[in-house]
Amino acid sequence: MKILKNIALSDTGFVFNPSTGDSFSVNPIGLSILKDFKDGKSEADIKKRLLSEYQTDRETIEKDLYDFMKMIEQLHLTEYHEQA
Amino acid sequence: MKKQLYERPLIQRINTGLMNKFGTKTEYAPTSHIDGFAVKDLIKEFGSPVFVLSEQTIRNTYREAVRAFKTRYPRVQFAWSYKTNYINAVCNIFHQEGSWAEVVSGFEYQKAINNGVPGHNIIFNGPDKTDEDLRAAITNNSPIHIDHLDELYRLTELAEEMNKRPNVAIRVNMDTGIYPMWDRFGFNYENGQAWDAINKIMLGERLELIGVHCHIGTFMLSPQAYATAAFKLSDLALGIKKKYNKTLQYIDMGGGFASKNTLKGSYLPGTDTVPTIDQFAEAITTAILNAGFIEKDLPLLILETGRALIDEAGYLLGSVIANKRLSDGRRASIMDFGVNILFTAFWYDHKISPAQEFSSYTEDTVMYGPLCMNIDVVRSNVTLPPLKKDDHVVVHTVGAYNMTQWMQFIAMRPSVVLLGIDGKAHLIRSKEGLENIEMNEVMPEFLKNHQLSVANAK
Amino acid sequence: MNKRKLTIAVTGLNNIDSPGPGIPVIRALKDSTKFDVRIIGLSYDALEPGIYMHDLVDKTYQIPLPSAGQQSLLTRLTYIHNTEKIDVIIPNFDAELYNFIKLQDTLKEMGIHSFLPTLNQFEERQKWSLPEFGSKYGIEVPKSKMIHSIAEVHTLAYEFGYPLVVKGKFYDASVAYSPDQAMGYFNKINSKWGLPIIIQQYTQGTEVNLTGIGDGKGNLIGAVPMRKTYITDKGKAWAGVALEDPKLMDIAKQLVKGNKWRGGFELEMIRTTKNEYYLIEINPRFPAWVYLAVGSGQNHPEALVQMALGENVAPFESYASGKMFVRYSYDQIVDLKEFETISTMGEL
Repeated sequence: MKILKNIALSDTGFVFNPSTGDSFSVNPIGLSILKDFKDGKSEADIKKRLLSEYQTDRETIEKDLYDFMKMIEQLHLTEYHEQA
Repeated sequence: MKKQLYERPLIQRINTGLMNKFGTKTEYAPTSHIDGFAVKDLIKEFGSPVFVLSEQTIRNTYREAVRAFKTRYPRVQFAWSYKTNYINAVCNIFHQEGSWAEVVSGFEYQKAINNGVPGHNIIFNGPDKTDEDLRAAITNNSPIHIDHLDELYRLTELAEEMNKRPNVAIRVNMDTGIYPMWDRFGFNYENGQAWDAINKIMLGERLELIGVHCHIGTFMLSPQAYATAAFKLSDLALGIKKKYNKTLQYIDMGGGFASKNTLKGSYLPGTDTVPTIDQFAEAITTAILNAGFIEKDLPLLILETGRALIDEAGYLLGSVIANKRLSDGRRASIMDFGVNILFTAFWYDHKISPAQEFSSYTEDTVMYGPLCMNIDVVRSNVTLPPLKKDDHVVVHTVGAYNMTQWMQFIAMRPSVVLLGIDGKAHLIRSKEGLENIEMNEVMPEFLKNHQLSVANAK
Repeated sequence: MNKRKLTIAVTGLNNIDSPGPGIPVIRALKDSTKFDVRIIGLSYDALEPGIYMHDLVDKTYQIPLPSAGQQSLLTRLTYIHNTEKIDVIIPNFDAELYNFIKLQDTLKEMGIHSFLPTLNQFEERQKWSLPEFGSKYGIEVPKSKMIHSIAEVHTLAYEFGYPLVVKGKFYDASVAYSPDQAMGYFNKINSKWGLPIIIQQYTQGTEVNLTGIGDGKGNLIGAVPMRKTYITDKGKAWAGVALEDPKLMDIAKQLVKGNKWRGGFELEMIRTTKNEYYLIEINPRFPAWVYLAVGSGQNHPEALVQMALGENVAPFESYASGKMFVRYSYDQIVDLKEFETISTMGEL
């Protein structure tokens, strides 16, 4: 998933899309995922990282990451609209 | 390295003009324990969902209400409104505290009798009393509150037939400045119907008029309306004294005091705006004391308060079945309880808290029940931390009406547990099973078999 | 003279095209000859312009909306107070006043002073009880009644005649010239604000307003009447002029004497061609044009702070009529970083 290049991510959890003027707030785990995507990491890499860093299971991460990615798409933060 | 606590990733648009999250933490502060009992232990033992009632809260609320009235007026009697919650264990807490029973059907009347309430302490209200009901009430000397003229005539006939003198009061409706006016019950004060009924009783000489009764509405937020009602009932009582030289035993102000729930559409939360029981007590007692009774004629003040005495003692514990994302991007949680057992979700925005600790990140969520019906919405918009499947929640202030208006529809009704002051959790109504539902069904002989069952047997 | 240092928290920073009173109140306090004030802004929305007016507002905190309840508000104020040590708090929104009135004693114990109407004063001037309010204090009020059903519209012709005003419980008012129009407005307002609908006698005349302050003991400490000389398409004052209007001043005095009003208020009146005065509304706080009073020689917010701190204030003797206010809007340039901070941290 490609996140828009010009998206500004702040450590406070503030996300700004300069092309639309929209702003968003994310929680820390959400922020780390956005950063990963911005750095070009793959979905598989991110799942692996989350699984190693958090007390949870693969199935939960699978579900929640899918939901989060759908949200990112819906909020027009991705390069192009990837249709699942 | 120790792994971090997991929380679902969240992103939301910063909306201006909507609720900001700063300082609103109390709305979703977790409720992990009720009266010292862990929510997760209660669910483990009694299943999910489960209704929980706090004995301590019931008794405290009741004593507080009694104090509010008795410190202001010499003669006060509460009568437990069975329809609000008629699980016998609940009724008996109120009877232990000294409360009479107030019933509105033959079924409730029988329940009160079975609970050991003496007949003369059971107030029989409501528009639907069968001959059988009336005969029982007459035999037991229960105060019968007459709702309409047909009932008045029928009672007169029964009195003759049984050669007894039934104790009666009349239900009066009136304009107290509130809307809607409940003019479908009883006899109207302003247009003289109430006086007509009183005259018929007094001149008919078959019925013993012992009181006057009103019930001005439900979830009332105005103490002033009660002052008006108390004044008008007092006026009737004084009029009866003047015209017939008869002193009535009691004035029954009914119920209707609001609980601390928040009505849908109201801007401020109920906990901040609902009048206290002291405000209601002050309005009612002041009106009666100033009405002009001489001291020895001051009537007994009866209160049929239901909701305000039990609502806050009740909790519904439940669990998340699933989470999903709606087409417009809103989050939705499907719970294992819905409007089938939480009937009051139709008119309140119930306070709902998670039962476990969370970080301060929240999401606006639609909370659905488990029924396959579009109307099954518990909260159309509630701010909650991200709930996972199987997480528990606590719905607050559900003690009134849910355990009587719940329906067996699609799912079974859950267990009800009383958290005792003895430190134990007592099952007071076990959850229903298939056998409870089918118990009253009758299968005609010709429908007992079909091809599918025959094929199955082979 | 050394001016006394005070920290004052103020809400209503929405200095937009239909402005809240916060910024004018702050300007008045900054003009004070008695106090040297540090202003803590309290905002509900990250886009309230006052948040970014750093010459007027020293620091802003977001606070929970009134609908979150008193407990939430108290928790937030306690947090702010621990950092800022607030001496006086001045709420400026109708919708938040109920909570602040209920909390005023608790806040006072914490050392936060306020000067608010009592709950009874606040409640009895609600729009739907205006007729009783008028008769209790001897002030003419347009005849009005609440209706709950569209069927009642037909009876209005006899009672009110046409035209009449159809009003919502909280907002909205339309003049109806026929029963059909009245029913139309009934439905429109009902769908938006619910029942009851308030029907009011139509009074023709000039709207005159008065900003005032009562000491809670029956004395009118200050008052300045004003007529709007130009209004925006939203019906808000664009410009206004301070009037000499002894009759309106007498009405204000009589009212404050009668109900012992405590704090700032605004009277909205209609003056008919026969020079009769009808009370349309009484707002339980300073209006957004309160700075006109300061400009005319009466600093009402300063007097309010003094009274909040328990000091006696002598009534203002006079003001300069003929002073005008002319509103303007102004595009502030704000760095995104500031918006980010107030949005994510809740303070700036």
